[in-house]
Amino acid sequence: MQAIEIDKVQPLIDAFAGKDVYVHLETTNGAYASHFNENAYNVGAFIRNAHVRYQHGKIVGTGGSFRVGLKLDLGWVYAEGVTDFEMDDQNRLLMAGHDVEGRLMVALEISETPFSHESEDA
Amino acid sequence: MQRHVLVIFPHPDDESFGASGTIAQFREQGVPVTYLCGTLGEMGRNMGNPIFANRENLYTFRKQELFEAAKKLDIQVEMLGYRDKTLEFEPQKEVSERIRSYIDTLKPNLIITHYPGYAVHPDHNALGAAVMEAVRTMDSNEQLEVWAHAISNQHEDELGPPDVVHDVTPYWEQKLNAIETHLSQASGMMSLLKDSQKDDTQTSEQLERLRTERYYRLSIKK
Repeated sequence: MQAIEIDKVQPLIDAFAGKDVYVHLETTNGAYASHFNENAYNVGAFIRNAHVRYQHGKIVGTGGSFRVGLKLDLGWVYAEGVTDFEMDDQNRLLMAGHDVEGRLMVALEISETPFSHESEDA
Repeated sequence: MQRHVLVIFPHPDDESFGASGTIAQFREQGVPVTYLCGTLGEMGRNMGNPIFANRENLYTFRKQELFEAAKKLDIQVEMLGYRDKTLEFEPQKEVSERIRSYIDTLKPNLIITHYPGYAVHPDHNALGAAVMEAVRTMDSNEQLEVWAHAISNQHEDELGPPDVVHDVTPYWEQKLNAIETHLSQASGMMSLLKDSQKDDTQTSEQLERLRTERYYRLSIKK
């Protein structure tokens, strides 16, 4: 992955607009948050392979941290805190936000083919 | 003399953090050890430090790390093929039946797994519970010992002291080697370990926890 530059990512988001795409959206602070800090809460959510079509999408932000919004006919897909991106070898746009130790905090990924859903080739 | 040890945890690296000293000791005694790994840790937060993995390819690294750690520990690996974070939502009966088939095939006389309810990560608790259920359904499990690994902070308040306490200092190099193999996951822990002259309480507590591997011997009634 590389650090997000709006000029590079916006055209990639545009390229998926108006198409049937699969979305992976995730946020997490890990399964051990309250184990290491009794005042913390474990919080996380993910949706894998939401099948959507967005009218348009936009990436906005400053200071190295970005927000992405995808406007659907009936709602929105939204992620805050993405910092890095790549187009992987399967033509999927992967965006993620990492903390200073490199741990993933949020991810938004867009693909024209479904993301793997069972543990792959185990 | 243990005949065959079956270690059952959900993630690549659970075996290295939680049992690699004990595993090394069994291997030194010539006891075969198999690691039955529930998932490939697809949803792990750690992507390496510096980052080299992403959400979609993390499992390929972790699978490779699992094989390499197993090679270093000289143990066999089997994989259940579930997806990280979802084990507790699978039908427990199905999971325990799959585990049961491995038990029937490998005929271990010792199983090491997580202590359900005291193992912090939902996958740990769910897989530990499925193992208990699998053992419970056996016609005869008197010859089979189950050692359960508890992790939660206050578990000794409720469970009392563990039954098995292994000081793994003699196997410390093997343990560090095994942990270090899980490069995508362990960089934080490795810097902690290499920085271990640092004298704060939390660090020494974590080190102490790694230096002794502790288990509760569970008796499972049919």
